[in-house]
Amino acid sequence: MKILVCISNVPDTTSKINFTDGDTKFDTNGVQFVINPNDEFGLTRAMWFKEKQGATVHVVTVGGASVEPTIRKALAIGADEAIRVNTEPTDGFFVAQQLAEVVKNGGYDLVIAGRESIDYNGGMVPGILATLLDMNFVNTCISIEVEGNKATIMREIDGGKEKLTTSLPLVIGGQKGLVEESDLRIPNMRGIMMARQKKLNVIEPVQAINATTDLKFDKPAPKGAVKLVESVDDLINLLHNEAKVI
Amino acid sequence: MSVLVYTESENGKFKKNALEVASYASAVAKQMGTTATAISVNAIEGAQLGTYGISKVLNVTNDKLKIFNAKAYADAVVEAVEKEGATVLIVSSSTDSKFLAPIVAAKLKAGYVPNVVAAPEGTSPFSVKRTAFSNKGFAHTEILTDKKIIGVSSNSFGLHENKVNAVVEDFNPSLKDADFAIKSVEIDKVAGKVTIADADIVVSGGRGLKGPENWGMIEELAKVLGAATACSKPVSDMGWRPHGEHVGQTGKPVASNLYIAIGISGAIQHLAGVSASKVKVVINNDPEAPFFKAADYGMVGDAFEIVPKLTEKLKEFKAQNA
Ligand SMILES: Cc1cc2nc3c(=O)[nH]c(=O)nc-3n(C[C@H](O)[C@H](O)[C@H](O)COP(=O)(O)OP(=O)(O)OC[C@H]3O[C@@H](n4cnc5c(N)ncnc54)[C@H](O)[C@@H]3O)c2cc1C
Ligand SMILES: Nc1ncnc2c1ncn2[C@@H]1O[C@H](COP(=O)(O)O)[C@@H](O)[C@H]1O
Repeated sequence: MKILVCISNVPDTTSKINFTDGDTKFDTNGVQFVINPNDEFGLTRAMWFKEKQGATVHVVTVGGASVEPTIRKALAIGADEAIRVNTEPTDGFFVAQQLAEVVKNGGYDLVIAGRESIDYNGGMVPGILATLLDMNFVNTCISIEVEGNKATIMREIDGGKEKLTTSLPLVIGGQKGLVEESDLRIPNMRGIMMARQKKLNVIEPVQAINATTDLKFDKPAPKGAVKLVESVDDLINLLHNEAKVI
Repeated sequence: MSVLVYTESENGKFKKNALEVASYASAVAKQMGTTATAISVNAIEGAQLGTYGISKVLNVTNDKLKIFNAKAYADAVVEAVEKEGATVLIVSSSTDSKFLAPIVAAKLKAGYVPNVVAAPEGTSPFSVKRTAFSNKGFAHTEILTDKKIIGVSSNSFGLHENKVNAVVEDFNPSLKDADFAIKSVEIDKVAGKVTIADADIVVSGGRGLKGPENWGMIEELAKVLGAATACSKPVSDMGWRPHGEHVGQTGKPVASNLYIAIGISGAIQHLAGVSASKVKVVINNDPEAPFFKAADYGMVGDAFEIVPKLTEKLKEFKAQNA
């Protein structure tokens, strides 16, 4: 089985968010970038397939040279090869078109992407990618098993979960649950050394459309101080009469 | 030119989010000087959408679509967009709609913006305000394509009555075998339980509750309030609660009217996923817990004393205000 894991490079989950250039750009100053958590779950599941069922795992990211440390980390965790599409990921539709080209040329059986990137929260790249290539697609995956070309998937639904079966080639939008938290790996020294020998192919983007553009950013208005209450009666009273939520 | 809205139903009844997106769609239609049409699947009372300003409902009745199937539903929506000549499509932020919308976007070559919190800021250029950076910021995003898809963030726009007469039409989209390449084998869902996605109130417990055996009081409180139950990430990682209850940046987003956090410290990743809730209450025995900085109301104290008391008093309150 040939697996492609799509990796988006996002600010660490603890990052403070600021904007620059007249609030038209995200301020990367002092921000630590990491593998998008949803993609880390997917990558870890891909490593399971590699080790238990003999899969080849490639990782891909659409981004400038500055994202290379993130993709190197994926190699250090154990991916076999990496691809970087050398262009700024300006919107989800654009990224999906770039990834479609990579998937088409690479002949992948399974494409693992994340449910959403935690920066722009688009949640659209895997679905658009699958549809552009007419591949099967399941979103919010919390488990996946593959046997031959049959896949059994658990997907999270509002209020529960749904078991699905389908066939490869397949694209999934994955999230927590794909692997246990304790299965996540921190690259070790050997992995980091080996990653240096692995192929990181830089390819140029194809012509593609941008469907959206962010004009401006802002932050939520600062919140007033918390009202501390002494008794549950006071709390009920405030929630009823002031906040009007009960 | 018109506005089309995909309105979700369950067992024939419209979900709350359907009424919210219907309200949103009729507001957009008004802005654009046109009308709003809804597409629904196996809904029984299509005309109900007239209350929220929808003048036409295309209802698909088809046993093959009893269970949500993203690809088949997407094909139906695409056909409805084409039939109506719709330029704007509105969907909700439910798990199903977030599954469907990107498929429709690819088929229509339409720009899709999810997590939108208000009516469009302008229609030329067509721009909308949405949350970004897991609720730590907002983006004002222009949609550049001819066809546009807006995903409305739950509870952000609200329900707005604007009664018109809704004409309900049968709609029979042509479905292909390929639409059913993904088969639903089993659905595991507690019937009749309020879901986090649909809830007005969410009661959430963290590691401060010490163990799964103590969730009885959380469920009791949720029951009195008609609320959904949720938890922090470590709680689901340790298996105290199912993964589906985990909320936060890497879990389910919460955008309820009231969010009650009990024994939750308020880590940045937790807050990112719940801060879209309108009113937040924290109950924690550590006055330094970061959640106090993010909450509207707080009680410093032992959850094991406060929660049962709160549940009792709420029962009395509900009895009086019933
Ligand atoms: C990549 C990444 C993603 C993450 N995503 C998420 C996410 O999506 N959602 C999420 O929740 N977390 C997430 N986390 C974890 C997050 O950083 C915190 O570890 C987690 O939210 C803490 O959970 P908690 O508040 O339940 O536990 P703790 O931080 O242990 O807090 C327990 C709280 O309970 C209080 N307490 C103890 N006893 C009592 C009592 N008797 N009565 C009242 N209060 C009491 C304590 O004072 C304390 O404040 C993520 C972390 C990482 C690294
Ligand atoms: N720039 C990118 N390069 C590679 N994969 C991406 C990129 N952006 C998004 N993805 C993938 O698509 C998923 C959903 O992203 P998004 O639609 O941006 O929320 C991510 O979890 C990644 O798997």
